[in-house]
Amino acid sequence: MLPTTTQQNITEWVTVCRLDRIPPNTGVCAMVSGQQVAVFHWQAGGLEGVSELYAIDNYDPFSKAYVLSRGIVGDRNGIPKVASPIYKQNFNLQTGECLDDAGVAIATYPSRITDGQVQIGLLT
Amino acid sequence: MIDASGKQLLGGILVGDASSYGNLVQLMQNAIVLPPNPEDLILPDRQGGGLSMGVDSLPDTAQICTCNNVTKGEICSRIQADNLTDIGSVKQCTNAGTGCGGCVPLVTDLLKAEMKKAGLEVKNNLCEHFAFSRQELYQLVRVENLQSFEELLSRHGQGQGCEICKPAVASILSSVWNDYILNHASLQDTNDAFLANIQKDGTYSVIPRIPGGEITPEALIVLGEVARDFGLYTKITGAQRIDLLGARVDQLPLIWQRLVESGFESGHAYGKALRTVKSCVGSTWCRFGVQDSTGLAIRVEQRYRGLRAPHKLKSAVSGCTRECAEAQSKDFGIIATENGWNLYVCGNGGMRPQHAQLLAADLDEEMLIKYIDRFLMFYIRTANRLERTATWLNKLEGGMDYLKQVVINDSLGIAAQLEAEMNHQVATYECEWKATLQDPKKLQRFSHFVNSEEPDPSLMRVEERGQARPPYDHEREVLVGIRNL
Repeated sequence: MLPTTTQQNITEWVTVCRLDRIPPNTGVCAMVSGQQVAVFHWQAGGLEGVSELYAIDNYDPFSKAYVLSRGIVGDRNGIPKVASPIYKQNFNLQTGECLDDAGVAIATYPSRITDGQVQIGLLT
Repeated sequence: MIDASGKQLLGGILVGDASSYGNLVQLMQNAIVLPPNPEDLILPDRQGGGLSMGVDSLPDTAQICTCNNVTKGEICSRIQADNLTDIGSVKQCTNAGTGCGGCVPLVTDLLKAEMKKAGLEVKNNLCEHFAFSRQELYQLVRVENLQSFEELLSRHGQGQGCEICKPAVASILSSVWNDYILNHASLQDTNDAFLANIQKDGTYSVIPRIPGGEITPEALIVLGEVARDFGLYTKITGAQRIDLLGARVDQLPLIWQRLVESGFESGHAYGKALRTVKSCVGSTWCRFGVQDSTGLAIRVEQRYRGLRAPHKLKSAVSGCTRECAEAQSKDFGIIATENGWNLYVCGNGGMRPQHAQLLAADLDEEMLIKYIDRFLMFYIRTANRLERTATWLNKLEGGMDYLKQVVINDSLGIAAQLEAEMNHQVATYECEWKATLQDPKKLQRFSHFVNSEEPDPSLMRVEERGQARPPYDHEREVLVGIRNL
């Protein structure tokens, strides 16, 4: 089981794919230590912008389907977010909080780009 | 139902057009005295203008949101206190409209009224990223020759975009330039991104084009074989096509490989695009038919297939006045006459059914196609995002008379342009699935995991009436329990 959010105690970085497998401002789903993780390639400022990664659960608690990696990426008042492709609830990519239903939040995962590879952090 | 004095509304049931519900329930709950002719509240307008009890007439105690018990007074004071200017914030701050959503139009009216009172301009902005309406963005794309969302955003928008503006701009780019939609994959809703219709469990449905609803026995057998081989739930749609449901994302290219090899094309059931041109068998078989409606339906469907629009487009052709193809419920419908074809436009089934209206009568096929070209392109140019033709016509100033002026009499002098734009669409059509199958880079995306060939392990099926379907929640719990044993 992967705990959430904290950047501490990362014991291992798991490489899931090359960065160029994720077109800018889209997501993919990766299997990491038995969990479905939605990984998003965020690129603000047009096609010359700097690439960043966000990783959250792929599970959409509203539809109960594993689909968040296929949502549309964007921002609400500057907050990076993804809209579920099923019922369109938005999730904060940085915190996992649902922006349309304050009580709901999903897990986030440490992620980084190393030598053009996308990596997800495993925690102790 | 009103009281004996004719002054109080006691209750009622609305059948069909229930749009006046929001107003009527307020009249009843707040015991507001009815106007002199209370029937005007539910009947069509007597002489234009029409009678409407606007939100201003409601007292502050009026309960607007019944799900969460929020009053007009609470909503308006929050709008004033926090200077709210968008419906999302109003919903968040007041909880109004967050239950069943039925009061959202009323809450939107309150917001617009408050903004007007505060001296704010009420804008038709697409979303927080663009201070323009869809129509304005369409003109900017065309006039400034913009080819991408990024160009449009950097010149005329702000932020990163969202699930409102990205698909809307993708649709505009497609309507104007008609380039391959997966060149804009990051903008597309999942349906357009995977060229199939997402279902509740994250699998997709596949609907190949069956022009006019005419299909050879051989083609029908291919569909049956594909459905059988991939374990797809099979159903006839309301649009004379065949829906194959339950395809996993990794199965979509394999399914389409088989379909394309057998001559099938994308049916664009996943897009805000032309869906189907339904037909009856017409004079070919029917003893009452006066024209070949199936033949025309196929030609019309081939002409407009793949055309992206502000919303989906449906059509039908009937071979005689008995109207078996139900053309008068379509965005554009054609009915055969002894002398040619009658063209009806702006009909709608769905949530608010509306009959199509006669645009022109007894047309030959050449004029018919010209008028449809002009009508569709005028709609694509001027409609709001996700606005069907029926709603668009209802809001169009001058209504059907004006539309006739534009389409038939070319009152705006744009008929030749509209026809040229449509001819460009027709000339540049390609089957999106055929193009995708030839592009290995695009095919990479059709896999559930980026780091594994495995399908989504959460997917489950149960059998019902000889076919596979997703489990309901209570069945899923049982299945998960068995799996964990």
